[in-house]
Amino acid sequence: MIAIIDYGMGNLRSVGKAVEKVGGSVEVTSAPETIAAADKLILPGVGAFGDGVENLRKSRLAEPILESISTGRPFLGICLGFQMLQDSSEESPGSGLGLIPGAARRFPAVSASGEKLKVPHMGWNQVRHGKAGGPVSDPVRDDAYFYFVHSYYVKPEDETTVALWCEYGGIDFAAMVVMDNVHATQFHPEKSQSEGLALLQRFVEI
Amino acid sequence: MEPVKVIPCLDIKEGRVVKGVKFVELRDACDPAEAAAAYSEQGADEVVFLDIAATVEGRRTRMEWVKKVAEAVRVPFAVGGGIGTIDDMEELFDIGVSKVSVNSAAVRDPGLVSRAAERFGSGRLVVAVDGQTVDGRMEVLVSGGNKRTGLDVVEWAKKVEGLGAGEILLTSKDADGVQSGYDIPMTRAVAEATGIPVTASGGCGELEHFVQAVREGKASAVLAASVFHFGKFTVGQVKQYMKDKGIPVRM
Repeated sequence: MIAIIDYGMGNLRSVGKAVEKVGGSVEVTSAPETIAAADKLILPGVGAFGDGVENLRKSRLAEPILESISTGRPFLGICLGFQMLQDSSEESPGSGLGLIPGAARRFPAVSASGEKLKVPHMGWNQVRHGKAGGPVSDPVRDDAYFYFVHSYYVKPEDETTVALWCEYGGIDFAAMVVMDNVHATQFHPEKSQSEGLALLQRFVEI
Repeated sequence: MEPVKVIPCLDIKEGRVVKGVKFVELRDACDPAEAAAAYSEQGADEVVFLDIAATVEGRRTRMEWVKKVAEAVRVPFAVGGGIGTIDDMEELFDIGVSKVSVNSAAVRDPGLVSRAAERFGSGRLVVAVDGQTVDGRMEVLVSGGNKRTGLDVVEWAKKVEGLGAGEILLTSKDADGVQSGYDIPMTRAVAEATGIPVTASGGCGELEHFVQAVREGKASAVLAASVFHFGKFTVGQVKQYMKDKGIPVRM
């Protein structure tokens, strides 16, 4: 069973339905026991970093999540669920789960080439492979499109953890990080059509 | 050049697709969620739902079908029609809508555009502009294209851009439903006067029309309803055609 962690940050049904569609058995839950017992975890979420990490801690979910990861069970963070794996974010105070060293940064209002940059970065964008990888990220086509909605981006201190890079406004950022059993995407696989569903399917099948 | 988006549009009334959709594989061609799933699989870059929900009952119905769409759709989707307040928008975003589109309410209260942009971000806010050329002048219409406003289409487009609209969905009443091509002069006038993406809507009947909207109309996205509803083309066919003509699309 895959636990989709509900910590009060946005609509999780579309993630749940997408995982079910590719054959996963899911339970949307905010119960620490269920999370501790799950074979795999998905941490989705949209909204502010500070609210997210506070909600996780208040609902006593940070510990079972970290415990599950430390036992080697597959984990997938999506969007805010990715950013919260970092130490911190410029967006708001509060510390993240600290699995990916570094801080999420805000896209600047002006791009590297001096043009006004639209923030949030919202829409389809292409990715390219980085040094990290594994069965979930390797089959992604080079130049495949995924769907992004975010104002803050992650560029891990250790760039070898980046499986997929993306570029926006002249800034290279991590579209996906893979560290052993930990997978995290900045894009929304559940909104990224066939390429996104295929990625979710590979996560379900590992 | 960023890839041009191909966007099927569905008209919804009381929770049902109005025109019906000719997808052979669908059990219920009038169910918004099934239609949304089918368009996702065809490769739509986005799906737009225009809801004709004037009543309170209609609003409640909308929450139900939008929830189902959010579960079934695999690409971003926008909802428009009768959205008049920040609360309306918040309710829709909470259940998984990617973008909202405002039209008459923005004309009534332009401040709504800036408040919404500030609250949710421009990227989530589409301003739909319905236009008609009267005596050589392009004028904004509201109330489903039935009421003239006296506003100039290009001036209005520039104004909503300044207020924080993330994109403009431009429908020409002259071209709509005729299937003889998009309104190129109007599309181009708005696209050249603004810095935000313009989606051309209304009038598409042939594959070449999509290309014209981009090449001549300078549109960033092309929207169509009937040609997709009635199965004249699939989204995939449109994209392949545009690709063959050298227009970047997400395949």
